[in-house]
Amino acid sequence: MMVEKTPVLDTFTYVSLILGIVVVGFPILYAVIAATLSIEEVSRVPMSMIPGDQLFNNVSEAWNRGDLGTQLFNSFIMASGITIGKIVVSLFGAFSIVYFDYRFRGVVFAAVFCTLMLPVEVRILPTYEMAANLFGPLQSVWNTLGLDGIVSWFVGHDIEVSLDFSLLDSYAGLILPLTASATCTFLFRQFFLTIPEELCEAAKMDGASPMTFFWKVLFPLSKTNIAALVVIEFVYGWNQYLWPLLITTNPKMTTAVIGLHHLLPSPEDPPDWHIAMAGALIVMLPPVLVVLFMQRWFVKGLVEREK
Amino acid sequence: MIRKRSYFKTRSLPYLLILPQILITLTFFYWPAVQGVITSFQVSDPFGFRTKFVWFDNFIALFSDPLYLKSIATTLLFSGSVAIVSIGFGLFLASMANRVLKLTTLTRTLLIWPYAIAPAISGILWLFLLHPSYGVVAIGLENWFGIDWNPLLKSSNAMLMIVMASAWKNISYNFVFFLAGLQAIPRSLIEAAAIDGASPFRRFWTITFPLLSPTFFFVTVMTIIFSFFESFGVIHAVTQGGPGGSTNILVYKVYQDGFIGLNLGSSAAQSVVLMGLIILITVLQFKYVERKVQYMG
Repeated sequence: MMVEKTPVLDTFTYVSLILGIVVVGFPILYAVIAATLSIEEVSRVPMSMIPGDQLFNNVSEAWNRGDLGTQLFNSFIMASGITIGKIVVSLFGAFSIVYFDYRFRGVVFAAVFCTLMLPVEVRILPTYEMAANLFGPLQSVWNTLGLDGIVSWFVGHDIEVSLDFSLLDSYAGLILPLTASATCTFLFRQFFLTIPEELCEAAKMDGASPMTFFWKVLFPLSKTNIAALVVIEFVYGWNQYLWPLLITTNPKMTTAVIGLHHLLPSPEDPPDWHIAMAGALIVMLPPVLVVLFMQRWFVKGLVEREK
Repeated sequence: MIRKRSYFKTRSLPYLLILPQILITLTFFYWPAVQGVITSFQVSDPFGFRTKFVWFDNFIALFSDPLYLKSIATTLLFSGSVAIVSIGFGLFLASMANRVLKLTTLTRTLLIWPYAIAPAISGILWLFLLHPSYGVVAIGLENWFGIDWNPLLKSSNAMLMIVMASAWKNISYNFVFFLAGLQAIPRSLIEAAAIDGASPFRRFWTITFPLLSPTFFFVTVMTIIFSFFESFGVIHAVTQGGPGGSTNILVYKVYQDGFIGLNLGSSAAQSVVLMGLIILITVLQFKYVERKVQYMG
């Protein structure tokens, strides 16, 4: 905001911005250069800052060694599943909360909102147990009521009921627990509340059903918000760490961000940092591209979420 | 709660629409949270056959465990440093970018992308940069300053490494918010002050910064939540809590004691402590933001 001429301050501004961009970009630049070098070049001290010609070799080596094809596919399924799931679940949820009047509406909204205070990090083990057996709660109710005994008496011989349905090592397990979103529901609710009453009244007068109103009026109006959330939630889903780490043990089901640390050279191995960096670049590319190409939506989404 | 005047009168549809949200919330949020709280008041034998209700024994044991107290101190040091570095840089760069009206979008593009990088990958990039044998920074420190830099063996170096990796990733997030906050401040206020002869620095501290305070508060809260919870990826991928527990922050300790060490009672108690913490932060945030909301653009 230049309201007067301040040549010294302006120079300072430009210099610090350029410095800032260089400092922020340096780790990536360094990784890109390392990914183009051979092992001799990358382990030379200090490493050359002139790119080499090994990029293609390193990328394909990282791809094969880390089984990145499978893992990137898993990451993609997980990120898209979370994105679509979150948006669908919260769109319908917000529609229900804003456009209908029923008894528990306030309670429901409060309950959804309070999940903000329960990130997966504060309920690691019980959530894992839940995913390991979705029917766990039913089973514990069954056991507490002593229903085994009653059923045994009824049938005439000993019987043990055990309910078991596991989400471990499955796409459903990677996606489902992360599809409830307080922030998305809140955002859609706020947005729906700003939509003029007349639209809903007109739709009702024309005899439109609630779902017609949703698909013909609300959904098209929400497109900008949806686009913004797609960017944010895709990045969020792709970068998930703790949850996939907990519920996948099969390397074929793990995600790329988690699988990446297998490419890190340990002290006994040859220092294959060029391979590790090539792998890191592949894995970070999809969310970076999404953010760069949809920057306008992304910034809008971020700043909207704050309110 | 704010209400619409016109409603649909369909009976069962609203329940059907909210059902997925309710099911997921109950199954994966509330049931586990309640289980966690119950477990935190119990001890179980090593095979998990029998459990005993022990009131606050797990919590008492936790807060008399020097390792846990050390982990609290580590977390405070870590979060504080991440907050100072990422908020400081974010605010500084945003105020600079806000002065250059023409190139704002370009600057934003060039600064935004670390946001898209997973914390674990950010950790791996910094591990390479700061690697004692191959990292350019380590070599620079050694050759120019004679510092024996080794984040794999030295506690303070390891801490500095995870702070850099976490703060770097968070600078862009903070930058975006500060820039949006700065752009929402009416130009007329700044111009009026300029006409009155206030220097750019004075204008920043007496007008811009106070008007930015809700954003500043929000960004601080988000950074603290990020460093408490999401930095798990950095720790797990890079230091695994080491060397010697020097980067074993609370959220990593919960995972290690519970999921790896299978110490159920203690891990549940740790989860409950974290739960209390995030509830406190969230409540504070809403109370404060509610009062200051008039500044919001």
